[in-house]
Amino acid sequence: MKALRFWMLAPSRALMGGLFLAPLSIIAAYSFLTRGTYGGQSTPWTAENYVRLLADPLYTLILARSFWIAGLSTMFCLLLGFPLALFIAQSGRRKNLFIHLVMLPFWTSFLVRTYAWMFLLRDTGLVNTLLQWAGVTGEPLPLLYNEAAVVLGLIYGYLPFMVLPIFSTLDRLDKGLLEAASDLGATPWTSLWLVTVPLAMPGIVGGCVLVFIPCLGAYLTPDLLGGGKSMMIGNLVQNQFTSARDWPFGSAISLALMALVMMALWTLQRRQKEDLL
Amino acid sequence: MRRALPAIAALTYAFLHLPLAVLMVFSFNESRFTVWEGFSLHWYRELFADARMMEATWNSLFIAATATAAATVMGTACAYGLWKRGAPILSGTLYLSLVTPEIVTGVSMLAFYQFLFRYMDLRLGLHTVILAHIAFSIAFVVVVVKARLKTVDASLEEAAMDLGATHWGAFWRVTLPALGPGIAAAALLAFTISFDDYVITSLVAGVDSETLPMVIYAMARRGVNPTVNAISALIVAGLGVFILIAERLQEA
Repeated sequence: MKALRFWMLAPSRALMGGLFLAPLSIIAAYSFLTRGTYGGQSTPWTAENYVRLLADPLYTLILARSFWIAGLSTMFCLLLGFPLALFIAQSGRRKNLFIHLVMLPFWTSFLVRTYAWMFLLRDTGLVNTLLQWAGVTGEPLPLLYNEAAVVLGLIYGYLPFMVLPIFSTLDRLDKGLLEAASDLGATPWTSLWLVTVPLAMPGIVGGCVLVFIPCLGAYLTPDLLGGGKSMMIGNLVQNQFTSARDWPFGSAISLALMALVMMALWTLQRRQKEDLL
Repeated sequence: MRRALPAIAALTYAFLHLPLAVLMVFSFNESRFTVWEGFSLHWYRELFADARMMEATWNSLFIAATATAAATVMGTACAYGLWKRGAPILSGTLYLSLVTPEIVTGVSMLAFYQFLFRYMDLRLGLHTVILAHIAFSIAFVVVVVKARLKTVDASLEEAAMDLGATHWGAFWRVTLPALGPGIAAAALLAFTISFDDYVITSLVAGVDSETLPMVIYAMARRGVNPTVNAISALIVAGLGVFILIAERLQEA
């Protein structure tokens, strides 16, 4: 019994240890080193990289912007996702179909979905063409390469992460409670606020964390839709590892990002005991 | 609320589906601009004539197929190993790999490879990409196969062993066949994730291992190009079919 289990787990243990934990440990070590003359890593050991990340206003601005963009995207996902989840939960027999319709675009290429927004939002894109044709604007509007485009791309990318957890709590909701509320004279809006929303709270918190985490670490969306001015933490990491060639600093930012992700997950874990794995 | 809810839902569905639908429609546009000038397969012809694009497509297919095969076998074995008794460190690591931002996974693998290359005469190339893809798709396979295992009755294996089967025999002939649809779904998802990855791949790829997402990214950076619309439409259609099959299998 034991031998088979050992060999079943061995390949994954080796691979995750060798290609996931070991690489993380390496950048953890690099984050306490100094950038060498030719871009390598050298001693002395120092916490300088972390100090720089928190002290230099340029980097605190990027950190703050990442939180702002991720927070805004999460909020909009909630505003769109909650009504959608409620609609799906109430749709009876066609529930499965509606859930599939949420998931289908999600699983098709993230890169292509981001590119689709470039196609729609650029100066000669469909949105500007339509707006000019309708006479709303004479000149094309600068829709692409700004923070709003990044937020839009992130909402589009991660909305399903909001819908699914909220749907699953709403789906298990005891319908009798809503009937009781209405028998006691509550309008649909009051019972939504006082019954449905509080009971759906675990799903709402779960959805918010699941959207916030990938948004905070986003790289592709700010890179393609944001242009140079909307740099987020992910872009800063990439930048340090490529053009700036400061791997120790890039490693420190990576670890700080991981710490933020862990903190977000910890809030989630405290509220619900369900395990993903 | 009765009327508001379906209206909001309809708008949200339009938001989710229209961008890709529009992109696909315009890939058949004669014109290079966003004005409809008639149906044409012009951009598809151009796409198939593009040697760089075709080579990248083959690279992507090869990488995704190899990584999927390895990740599916390893991930299935892992899910089975975790079935009756947990392994907190391994589960924790897999969970961590799911939530780690792609850019962090990518740069850490790059740093790791470069560190190894100091002691070995190797370079970045297809092999480093494939290894990275196996590592980041295993967790997805484990999640899907584990969900399937929850529906399997553990006492069937015990019955098989009582009747004289070895533990391996019981796994191979009783549990594994019952996992079939789950494993197939996991493989399709792993393929989709691998085929689409840009962030990690671009960091660990060498000069000879440009993938399709890397070409699309480079072209998108230079501005919108109708050939990208064409390849995007093919990817959406292809992966869309994969996903539909995967979802069917997971329900079965």
